[in-house]
This record gives sequence, structure tokens and C-alpha cells, in this order.
Amino acid sequence: MTTPSLVLELKQVCKHFPGVKALQDVDLRLFAGEVHALLGENGAGKSTLVKVMTGALAKSSGEIYFNSQNCSFASPAAAQQAGISTVYQEVNLLPNLSVAQNLFLGHEPRRFGLIQHQKMQQQAQQLLLRFKLNIDVSAPLAQYSVAVQQLIAIARGVAMSAKVLVLDEPTASLDSSEVQMLFDVMRQLRDQGVAIVFITHFLDQVYQISDRITVLRNGSKVGEYLAADLPRARLIEAMLGKELQQLTHQAATTTPAAAELLLVLNNIAVKGSISGISLTVAQGQAVGLAGLLGSGRTEVCRAVYGVDALSQGEIQFGGRTLRLQQPADAIKAGIALCPEERKTEGIIGPLSIRENIMLALQARRGWWRYLPVKQQQQLAAFYIDKLHIATPDAEKPIEQLSGGNQQKVILARWLAINPQLLILDEPTRGIDIGAHAEILLLIKSLCQQGMSLLVTSSELEELVAFAGKVVVLRDRQKVTELSGDTMTAPHIMQAIAEG
Amino acid sequence: MMSVRYLPLWITAALLCLMFGIGGWQFDGFASLIVVSNLFSDNAFLLIVALGMTLVIISGGIDLSVGAVIALSGVAASLLISQYQWHPLLAFALILPVAALFGALMGVLIHVYKLQPFIVTLAGMFLARGLATTLSEESVAIDHSFYDAIAEFGFVLPGGGWVGASTMIFIVLLLLVIVLMHYSRFGTYVYALGGNSQSAELMGVPVARTTIAIYVLSSVLAALAGIVFTFYTFSGYALAGVGMELDAIAAVVIGGTLLTGGSGFVIGTVLGVLLMGVIQTYIIFDGSLSSWWTKIVIGLLLFGFILLQKLLSRRTALTTAARSTAHG
Amino acid sequence: MKQTQSCTDSLQQARLARYSPGSIKASARYLWPLAALMLLLAVNLVLDASFFQLSFQDGRLYGSLIDILNRSAPVALLAIGMSLVIATGGIDLSVGAVMAIAGAVCANLLLQTALPLALVIAAGLATGIAAGLINGTLVSYLKIQPIVATLLLMVAGRGVAQLINQGQIVTFQRPDFAWLGTGSWLGLPLPIWLVIGMFALSQLLLRRTALGLFIEAVGCNATASRYLGINDKAIKLFVYAFAGFCAALAGMISAADIQGSDANNAGLWLELDAILAVVIGGAALSGGRFSLLLSVIGVLIIQSLSTTIIVSGLPAKFNLLIKALVVLLVLLLQSDKFRRQLSSWLPKLRKWRKGGQI
Repeated sequence: MTTPSLVLELKQVCKHFPGVKALQDVDLRLFAGEVHALLGENGAGKSTLVKVMTGALAKSSGEIYFNSQNCSFASPAAAQQAGISTVYQEVNLLPNLSVAQNLFLGHEPRRFGLIQHQKMQQQAQQLLLRFKLNIDVSAPLAQYSVAVQQLIAIARGVAMSAKVLVLDEPTASLDSSEVQMLFDVMRQLRDQGVAIVFITHFLDQVYQISDRITVLRNGSKVGEYLAADLPRARLIEAMLGKELQQLTHQAATTTPAAAELLLVLNNIAVKGSISGISLTVAQGQAVGLAGLLGSGRTEVCRAVYGVDALSQGEIQFGGRTLRLQQPADAIKAGIALCPEERKTEGIIGPLSIRENIMLALQARRGWWRYLPVKQQQQLAAFYIDKLHIATPDAEKPIEQLSGGNQQKVILARWLAINPQLLILDEPTRGIDIGAHAEILLLIKSLCQQGMSLLVTSSELEELVAFAGKVVVLRDRQKVTELSGDTMTAPHIMQAIAEG
Repeated sequence: MMSVRYLPLWITAALLCLMFGIGGWQFDGFASLIVVSNLFSDNAFLLIVALGMTLVIISGGIDLSVGAVIALSGVAASLLISQYQWHPLLAFALILPVAALFGALMGVLIHVYKLQPFIVTLAGMFLARGLATTLSEESVAIDHSFYDAIAEFGFVLPGGGWVGASTMIFIVLLLLVIVLMHYSRFGTYVYALGGNSQSAELMGVPVARTTIAIYVLSSVLAALAGIVFTFYTFSGYALAGVGMELDAIAAVVIGGTLLTGGSGFVIGTVLGVLLMGVIQTYIIFDGSLSSWWTKIVIGLLLFGFILLQKLLSRRTALTTAARSTAHG
Repeated sequence: MKQTQSCTDSLQQARLARYSPGSIKASARYLWPLAALMLLLAVNLVLDASFFQLSFQDGRLYGSLIDILNRSAPVALLAIGMSLVIATGGIDLSVGAVMAIAGAVCANLLLQTALPLALVIAAGLATGIAAGLINGTLVSYLKIQPIVATLLLMVAGRGVAQLINQGQIVTFQRPDFAWLGTGSWLGLPLPIWLVIGMFALSQLLLRRTALGLFIEAVGCNATASRYLGINDKAIKLFVYAFAGFCAALAGMISAADIQGSDANNAGLWLELDAILAVVIGGAALSGGRFSLLLSVIGVLIIQSLSTTIIVSGLPAKFNLLIKALVVLLVLLLQSDKFRRQLSSWLPKLRKWRKGGQI
């Protein structure tokens, strides 16, 4: 390779949302003819960075140089015009149009103003042959697998003569042979001088294809590395936090061995997601679920909460076998869930804090036995006070609160019905530092009060700090279970990395 | 897999043939070119409106105003011709651009102000119907040599069927709309909007222009249908075409177009209107069946087609889901 | 039960806590619709000094205001049901047709059987609930878009009503049933009492239980509602059944009013008026908060508008046109973008006017 030229450079880019600093002084260098992996856990700022880079979001400060020229794109269309194409995880094409139409939408070959379908299909066929795809281009896109759709999306990007190609989690839904097909294309493009940004959470793939790696954590750049120089363990360390070695396990919650088992998952599976997972949670025990994004941790939570139906295995709770059809059944049994997607699955935005706090209690009382408004107000006031929810009054719509305060309201909602098992899926994700610490303290105190917890988190030191046991997941399967002395962040990381 | 897209279309065509066959088997003179040509000439205005409705629905919208626009254009035409002594062609030349403006207004409200098509076109329906009643509450008769000429224009088919001006206008419009939908960028954009308007915008579809053009086309076609309706009745009446929007929507759905947008064919809608027409003809031929059975049968047909579409979309959703998860 | 125990514990704790009554604000959203109604009534008063005059004859009040209330009764009943459907993010196009079916059922029972009044009314209401359950099942269990699902009954329903009537206008001579539409009680026409009664009952049912809150929660975020234990499908089923019930009641009033059932015209296009009334009352078609009072005010605005047009001496034919313009204005005012444009134009306009004056 000759000396590579810098195509795209981000300098000190910041992006602030109200109450949250999503990106802080992030630098990124992108050279022609390289595959540059952009890594980080959920909430690290990868997608925000991509959006700033491709004009979908405006940066708060900092500079972007494209071909050594200072520029900022007003819209994804403008970025595409300049030669930066993005392919998202959810394929952003039109499933109802044919493959050829998708490839040439807005650029169809025409004669006398009429589209020349034959010519367009020939050109589409030729374009896809470059990607070793020989398919019927006149069939609707929806007929093809996600892998093929992804390749078609990339082909569209290339047909627009891309100099920079951003691939956001392109392999999330591909099988290994399809991944190889995609990698072949990526190598081919790289050799043609295209700069590729590759976002993924599959570390094996990172090492297979990337030349350079940039790691983000909590909205800041951790470092830029050459893939060849970075051992896997150090990569995970960079992604999950630097000072892990120094953290010691505060065995705050040593569960008596004789404690009764509350939750027993017996070899459960959900069609199309997790398979063969067994784990136990004892009365008053906090169990951590560790694993990278996509490892199946959220899916386990959803299965235990009755969102997804089991295809195999059984869930025992308090000695009884649960037959869960919907979350209401789980709640009736004494299980509660703080979901990871707070905005779409947790809060009911336009309703007030008071209503958001009392709704679960009300749902369990049934529609008939309405909680008197005065009691609702007392309940809300009590939890606003107890959990330090920062709000002028309880009648404010919850959507106007910051993420941390919203999370506290959801916790309050469940505390009001005092479940036996509380499932916390990424309880501190996307939460400002102050509220972060408070929520951790709250979880710890719940633990000490004897509530059983099942917690997923990508912040390993948090897990280690209060969990009595950590279950490690990888590729939607259970890898190992760590407790006692072996339950340290490095051990967990090793388990995540190697299985 | 390929055939799944066309399945509703085939079913409608098969039902049409079946109804026609049953009618022809039961009644003398049912299976004749006279009945077929009457199907077209009696339903020409509905066919024309349904063309526009197909466009709107494929784009993911809905247009409730078309019935009222038919009435408005009919009343306006008959007033201009009878009361103000305009030449019909001159009257049409005024009415069509005004209808375009009306459609553009609705398109702007929908796109720029992000209001729901349902409620905007509902207001449009009141506005057009209100304008029509304001112009004249009574039916206005048209007496003009041009109309007599139009009535005589046409040719006789071998079996005695008559292809008149209305049928010819419809066929020309049908060809134009088919070319527009399948051989122009605009047509692709209409499908794109119905597929996923956000993706379409990301892919560079001019959403504003397309949305407005869709409603302009729908209103212009409705105004044309109103004019064709005056050829049929020799009058304009403010209460004409009440509920026509529902007939058009029903025909579109029966013709295999998804009400959620993104998929469907103009020709399917034509088959849908014809199927509804054949059912009506059958009931008339039978004589003992009452007219309300038309509504009930059309309701049941609608239900059947919606269930069919639900099944088809669930099947494709399942197969893609199974594929994507199997790969993960 | 251990859990109910712990629930009451947390309530007990809460009761002991610092408690300051929060202010549940009567929000500003009542302002605009009420102001519009007041304005219309004021215009009426200016146009016709006797507008607010009421006279008392034969044990019944007469006057323009009473007329407005009486004429709005069927749409008001529909709007009460429609408010709930729209609150869940749905729409019910079939209520007009359901009115016709319920009217037809009652008329035929009255004509052909000697059933007591209560049973006839019960049969009519049951018809409405059954129709609503069909809609609700299509929407919540078969997951068909509400517009499409209720379009079915809108199209087929009128045919069913005609089938019941065998295509005739079925008339009956039953003063007890006709009383529902033409009678009066305590000086007010019975339809007004029925609306008041239905409004009060619904208000009790929705706001004295958690049902109203559950409906709003489902309308705002159905997934989150399911995640916290609300049965969102049952809620949706309920609102359509409720709308069917209201439609049946409205259908019986209009059948009683003409002492007969006209399957072609009973409740024709009233579903659109009901939807408009709810929208004018400030509800978003995407679902969320609802207010029955605002919906009824919306109905009164529509009805007063028609009266204003008549009182003002304008021919009745302007009725629809003016209604359309008012609706367009209300729609625009509800659009965020338009309000932003308006607020950016207003200062400019003021500045421009000032400049002109100097």
C-alpha cells in the first residue's frame, strides 16, 4: 500500500442533547482504502457519531474535514451527494419496490421521459454481479433475505459513487456464510480505495476485517488502535472501562446458601432468539446477566417477563411453574421489569409523573378499584421524595423529565407494588452521571432489603459491585456462571471474550 | 413467491369471471357484449374516480373528498353551460385547473402541516359539497348541442354493445395512468411513499412534490368523473356522488391494493369496479333479490380481501422474520 | 395474600410521608373550544336578541338554546363513544350504520312483537354492543387498521339494516317508545336528558374507576401499557363496544323521533360529524388524552354554527361551506407548524403596523 490519504477527519466533535452530552471531543481519522471499526457498548455514542458524520444530526461543536475541506452536511442526502453513503442496520430501502427500482430510485434510465425497465434491470444485474449476487432484480426486495437486502443497500451506496461507506451493524442478522460474502465485497471496495466505517458488536468479525479500530465509551473516544496491535482482552477492557483491575469485589450481598430458590429457568428457549438457558435466582439474591449487546441478555429478561413466548423449557417461580402469556401474568406472579427501551416500553410520555407511578399498582388492583386521587398524590409525593425525583410537582408529564428521573419514576412504579423479583435491563443506560450513582445506590439498598434482582448491564464494575452471582451470555447462549472469588471484572471479560 | 403479489388480482379476476359465468348460465342475455359495454358506460365515472383513489391509496393516503368534487364539478359545468352560456369545452378548461388547485391545497395541508389525510380530505369533502350547494341547490339541466353530439359519439360493437364517449375517455385515462404509474419516476415515487415514507425521503424522493401531485391528480380525475357524470345525466346536482368515495375505496381494496399503501395495481381497481358492477347487474337480472344485498355482499367481499391481505402480509413477515432470526 | 399486603404497606408508608396537595391543573385546552362556543352564542345574541329567550309551554321549555341541545343529541351520543375510540388511536366509521341497524331492530320488534319497552330497548342496545364487538375484535385481535375494520360495517351495515327492514321504511305506533325521541321530562326534551344521563354515567364509569386512565395510557403508548400490566387488547375491545352502545342509543332516539326506521337515512354521515366534534374538541387522532366534555362542546359548536347561519339570515345552503372553513381553521390551529408560523408572523405584523403608524 502507498501512503494512505486522509478522507474524512473529525476533530473535537461534540454533540449535546438537552441534559445529556452524547459526544464529547471525539476525534476520528478515516483513511482511503481501509476498514475502520467503530466500537463501543450500547450508549457509547457510535450511532450519534455516525449521524453527525452523515448529516442526520447537526454537531454542537467541533470540525469535520472531508477531503481536507471543512464542511458539515445539512442532510443525509447532501452527504450522499458528496460521497458518504450510510447503510443502516435496519435496511432503509423500500421492500415493496423491485431490487432494480431500489438500486436506481431517482436515477432510472429514461427515454422520452419513460423509464426503460429492461435497461434498468440489465444495469442492476451488472451492478450486483460485481457483488457476486445473481438474483432476479425484477422481484420485490422483500422477497430476499436480510443479507441480500443489506448487500443491495451497499450496492446502492456504491452506485452513488461513494468514497466513504458507513456500515452500521450490517452483520447483526446475517449467518456466517453471508458475513463472508459481505466481507469479500468490503475487501474488494477497500482495494478500490473506498474508506469503510464498520460498526459491529461481534469482536471476531472486527479482527477478521478491520485495519484500524476506534473505541468509544460514554460519548468519549477511548483510543485509536491498529487492529493487529490490539489484543482482544485489551479491546474489551477499552470498551467496558479502564480501571477494572483496581476494582475489588465488594461482597455486600452474600446470600446464605440455604436460601430458597425464587426463580428457576430450566433450559428455556425462544424461537429465533435464545436457546437452552438455565439459571437460578435465590430469594433475596441479585444475579447479574453479563454479555455484549446482542448476546441474549435482553431476550432472557423478556422471556421471564412473558413478552416472548417460550418454545422450550419452563420457568419456575416460588416453586410453581409459570405459564406466561403476557406481562400481566408475570406481574401477577410477582415479577416486574424495567425495560431497556425506556421511551418506547417504559414511560407513558404524555401522562403525569403521578399517573406513571400509580399505573402498575392500579393495573393490579383492576380497573374497578380506582385508587383515590388523594392516595395517588400521596404515593407520588412519597416516591418523589424518597427517590429524589427532580421535578417541581407530580403533575408534570413524564416525557419532560431527564432520562435519570424517568428511570426513577419507573422504579417507583414497581416499588409501589413491591415485586418479589425485579428485572432491571440496563438500568443506567443513557443516564446522566448524577442520577447514575443514585440509581446504583437505590439498587444496592433494594438488594439489602431482600428484594431479588436480575440485572443486565454492560458496566461490569456495577454488576460486580452488587451481584451475588453473574451469568455470562454469549451468542444467545449461557457461557458460564461466576460467583464468589471468581466473580471479578477481568474474569467476566475473559468469559465474554472467549466463552 | 412471485405470484403472491398478483394473488389478490387473480382472485378478483376469477371472481369476476365466476360471477359472469353464473349470470350467463342462469339468465339469457347476461353473457353478452351489451352487458359488458354497459358495465363500462354505467360505471365510467366511478372507474375514473377509482383510478385516482388507487394512486392515493398506493401512496399510503386516502381521499374522502372525491364524491363531493364530482358533484361540484358537475354543478359548476352545468351552471356555466346553461346559465352563463359558456361552451362546454371552455367550462371544462376552467373546472379542471380549479380542481387541481383544490387538490394541491389538500396536499399542502397534508404534507406541510402534517395533518392526517383522512381528516383533511374530510374537510375537503365538506368544502366541495358546500361550494356545490352554494352554487345551486337544485339540479341544473344541461341543454347544449355539444352534449347531444357527445351522446351520439361512439360505435356499435358486434353483439349490439355501445362504446360511447365516456367509455373512451375512461380507456384513454386508464392507459395514461398505467403509463404514469409504471413508466414514470413519479409512479415509482408514489409506490415508494406508500412503502415507507421515511426511507423514501432518505433515498432522495421529493416527498413534498409527490404528495401534492398525488392529491392534485385525484381531484382532477374526480372533476373529470363529474364531467363524465353530466354526459350520463345531462344535469349537474349538488347531491350527486354522495358516498362515491366509499365505492371507490371498496373497489380499490377489492382490486387487491393494500389500504396501508405501497402495493397494488391500477388494473386491479378496474376489475374491482367491474366485479361490483357485475354483482349489481346480477341482482337486477334476478329481480327477486333486493338491492341491499349489493351492500352486504360488497361488505363481505371487502372483509374477505382484507383477511386475505392480512394472511399474505403475515406470511411474508413470518418468512422474513424466520430468515433474519435463523441467520442471527 | 402477601402481595396485596405489601401493596397496602406501600400505600400506608406513602400516607405517612410529607404530603402537599399537588395542583392538578385544569389545563388551558378547555379555553379555546369554550371561547369558540361562547363567541358563536354571542354572535347569535347580536343577530337575534331573542336568542336566549326560553318559553314554557305544556310543561316543556322552548327556545333556540333548547333546539340546539335537542338537535345535537344523537351526534353528542356518538361523540361520547367516538372520544374513547379516538383516545386509543382508533376511529369508528361504522357508528352511523350502527344507528340504522339499532333503529331497524327496534322498529321491527315494536311492529311485529308485543315485547315490553324495556326488552325492545335492551335488544337495540345489545345490537349496538354486538356491532362494536365485531369492530373491536377486528382491530385488537385481528390487528386490522381501525379505518379499514370499521369501513366494513359502514358499508355492509346499512345493507343489514335494509335487510331487517326488507327495504321498507318501517313505521310503528308506540307512544312509549316514541317518548324517547319526542317526550319531555322536567321541562326538557328527553333526548337532552338521555345525553346528560349518558354523559354522567360515562363520566362516572371512566373517571371514578381507572378505566379512563387505562384508555389514555393505551392510547399514549400501548407497549408500555402492556408492560405494566394493562390488558391493551381488552381496552380496545371495550372502547369499540362502548361506541357501538352509544350509537345504538343515538339510533333509537332518531327512530323514536320519526316513529319509524329509515335504513337509508338514519344516522347518515353522522359518524363524520362525531369525528369532527371530537377533533374540534382538541383531541389528537393519534390517541392520548380525552375529554368527554370537550367533545360535547365540539358537538355544540357544530350545531350552534348551523343555527348561527340560519339566524344570520344566510341561506341554509351556506351551512356546509362555513362548516368546512371552520374545520379547516381548527385543523390548522392544531398543527404545530402552523402555530409556529403564526407566532413568527404576529410580531412581524405588529412591527409592520407600528411602522405604518409612525
